[in-house]
Amino acid sequence: MISYINGIGIISPQKTAETTDFLSEAVEYYADFLGCVDPNFRTYIDPIASRRMSRLIKMGVASAKMCLADGGCNMPDGIITGTGLGSVEDTEKILGNIGEGSQLTNPTPFIQSTYNTISSQIAIMLKCNNYNSTYVHRIFSFESGLQDAMMHISENHENNILVGGIDEMTQNHLSIIRRLGHWKMGPANNLKLLDYSTPGAIAGQGSAYFLLSGQKTETTYCKLMDVRTFYKPESIETIESGISKFLADSDLALEDIDLVITGINGDFKNDEQYYHLNRTFFNNLPLSYYKHLCGEYLTSSGFALWLAANILKRQVVPPVILLNEKSPKRLKNILIYNHFRQINHSVMVVSA
Amino acid sequence: MPDKIFVTGLGIISGIGNNLAENLDSLLQSKSGIGNLFYLDSPWHNQILVSEVKSTTKELIHRAGIHFQEGYSRNSLLGIIASAEAFNHARLKEFGGLRTGLISGTTVGGMDECEKHYQDFLTNDSANIYIDTYDCADSTEKIADCLHISDYITTISTACSSAANAIMLGARMIRNGKLDRVVAGGTESLTKFHLNGFNTLKILDNEPCKPFDENRKGINLGEGAAYIVIESEKAVKASGKKVFAELVGWGNSCEAFHQTASSPDGIGAFLAMKKALEMSGLTVDEIDYINAHGTGTDNNDISEGRAIERLFGEHLPKISSTKPFTGHTTSAAGSTEAILSILCIQHQLIWPNLNFSEKMHDLNFIPVTHLIKDVLVNAVMTNSFGFGGNNTSLIFKKYD
Repeated sequence: MISYINGIGIISPQKTAETTDFLSEAVEYYADFLGCVDPNFRTYIDPIASRRMSRLIKMGVASAKMCLADGGCNMPDGIITGTGLGSVEDTEKILGNIGEGSQLTNPTPFIQSTYNTISSQIAIMLKCNNYNSTYVHRIFSFESGLQDAMMHISENHENNILVGGIDEMTQNHLSIIRRLGHWKMGPANNLKLLDYSTPGAIAGQGSAYFLLSGQKTETTYCKLMDVRTFYKPESIETIESGISKFLADSDLALEDIDLVITGINGDFKNDEQYYHLNRTFFNNLPLSYYKHLCGEYLTSSGFALWLAANILKRQVVPPVILLNEKSPKRLKNILIYNHFRQINHSVMVVSA
Repeated sequence: MPDKIFVTGLGIISGIGNNLAENLDSLLQSKSGIGNLFYLDSPWHNQILVSEVKSTTKELIHRAGIHFQEGYSRNSLLGIIASAEAFNHARLKEFGGLRTGLISGTTVGGMDECEKHYQDFLTNDSANIYIDTYDCADSTEKIADCLHISDYITTISTACSSAANAIMLGARMIRNGKLDRVVAGGTESLTKFHLNGFNTLKILDNEPCKPFDENRKGINLGEGAAYIVIESEKAVKASGKKVFAELVGWGNSCEAFHQTASSPDGIGAFLAMKKALEMSGLTVDEIDYINAHGTGTDNNDISEGRAIERLFGEHLPKISSTKPFTGHTTSAAGSTEAILSILCIQHQLIWPNLNFSEKMHDLNFIPVTHLIKDVLVNAVMTNSFGFGGNNTSLIFKKYD
């Protein structure tokens, strides 16, 4: 079932919240990981409630509220969150305590470390008794949420579903994952991501919520045609045939795609697969990337979807994302392709 | 008519047994799994009542048939053992060409290993093999790899209703034509992480829990994993396999009241049960038994009890909580209790609410206190309510 994206709220390392600007000037970082350009949280969250909330929850609640305002919806028919790691900050507090052999006394970190806290806090804020769920599967987290939301719309065309992807990064988590070689070993410049010949990506974070609906409205950005995930595909050919079938199921072919947004993240080993597909499968298509803008994180495809939705609505491609000499002739269909360590792959297709 | 959803396989490991047969046996003998904490290495050794799976992690590695012994959390191992039982029970391997999914619920994920190795993660490379067990997806992927499921996999975390939501999502994916069959459920091992957490909330009982009792004091945590196999009508008709029950209703609602407490009138519980009932097309007097969430906390049992009374009015079915058997297995509770409910339909009996002695002043009913045999059980509702007000009810029905 085709869904319309009727509202978006996004907090990211770029100036994406509380602005009508569209990446005219990318924010440059030289850091271990990218932070976020925070909005004024007081606009969205009562200061008393805000004091108790950890940063991730504030980001989630604020971006959800921005999204609903953008889409002109007061009460969604469902609230769905995808988060790969939930509140890392709260989880680390508890793990630190256990490590010292001491017992916790304050329940707040435990409560906030539970992954469903974000969806739940949004529901509490809206007093929304409707469907509520949370997906926690690495880079499938946000995509699973979108698939769930699209099924709701297929079950009831009148439904408006709030669905988001959110993750945070901390210094401790960064250093732990560095042990596995997935991050660059020191600070890096995000806008020079592809100039490094070192392994590892630049870590990032962010929160992006979308209002999906079965009905087109005056706030509609674009159509979300479909979303699919692939787990451990056997070969590159399996991925290619998977993407072809995915497009065919929406009556599209690769030739209909005007722009591909890839999950290239600057980790040479990780990016090999994209480059291979770029040379062969995507050969004649204008290609782009986005992780130099938001960093790598498990729900970064939320940033990519925000990007695609704005490209289609505004009919303009920010030059900062283009990867090859080709620029799109028209802007009707965009394919987003992302993968995590070549294990989890996801595709989305959006249309004007 | 929407497609029917059939249950064709069951698999469970819990404090009362390592497989379905052992669980059934303990239930028939009214044998509880609750005892002093023994297997989890923690400051509470022998000092807190829990329902542990009675095996060391090493024994579980052996039972799960894992050859590479490192990198497997207890959570993954419990999940592998229970899901493999369900998978084999439904003979999924024999019937090819169908789209198969795995949907698993968990909240602590591989925290049992992470909390052991966290200081190493921060300071040295000795425990790198366990770093990826930090998140919730790790156990799901290990299960998927053991069962060779790759068409669709995902993980849900809605605290104590995670597994119920996994079953609900599986059913919706079949009904929406996305999958033909799904292994759905949840897994949760005991960890210092959540023992600590529940302890700070002061809702753990230091005696065997007594849900729906006036003098109830709280929860006994448990661990385990449980998975059911659900299939589309078409897939089942083609194979001619045995159907254990039909999943006829599901409802998900959020309390939107408080992060850890239920509202006094149980609005979320009421709405979840009401949605499930409406979907099933059954009337209140057609539900024969409610396997309640019944954690034994002051708050849950009033709120759930009131919601049941409000929805069912004069037609209260038999009600019990089976948490005094299995403990509260949190993210695995939804599927554990789904299986216990399906066993009631299969064997035409109703499980007792152990440890009950005094009726709650706030409620008009008392739970079932002794095993009822030879009773007509056609339809069962099972409730799973989580922190954050994530409430889900499922209804299973006998299939002739």
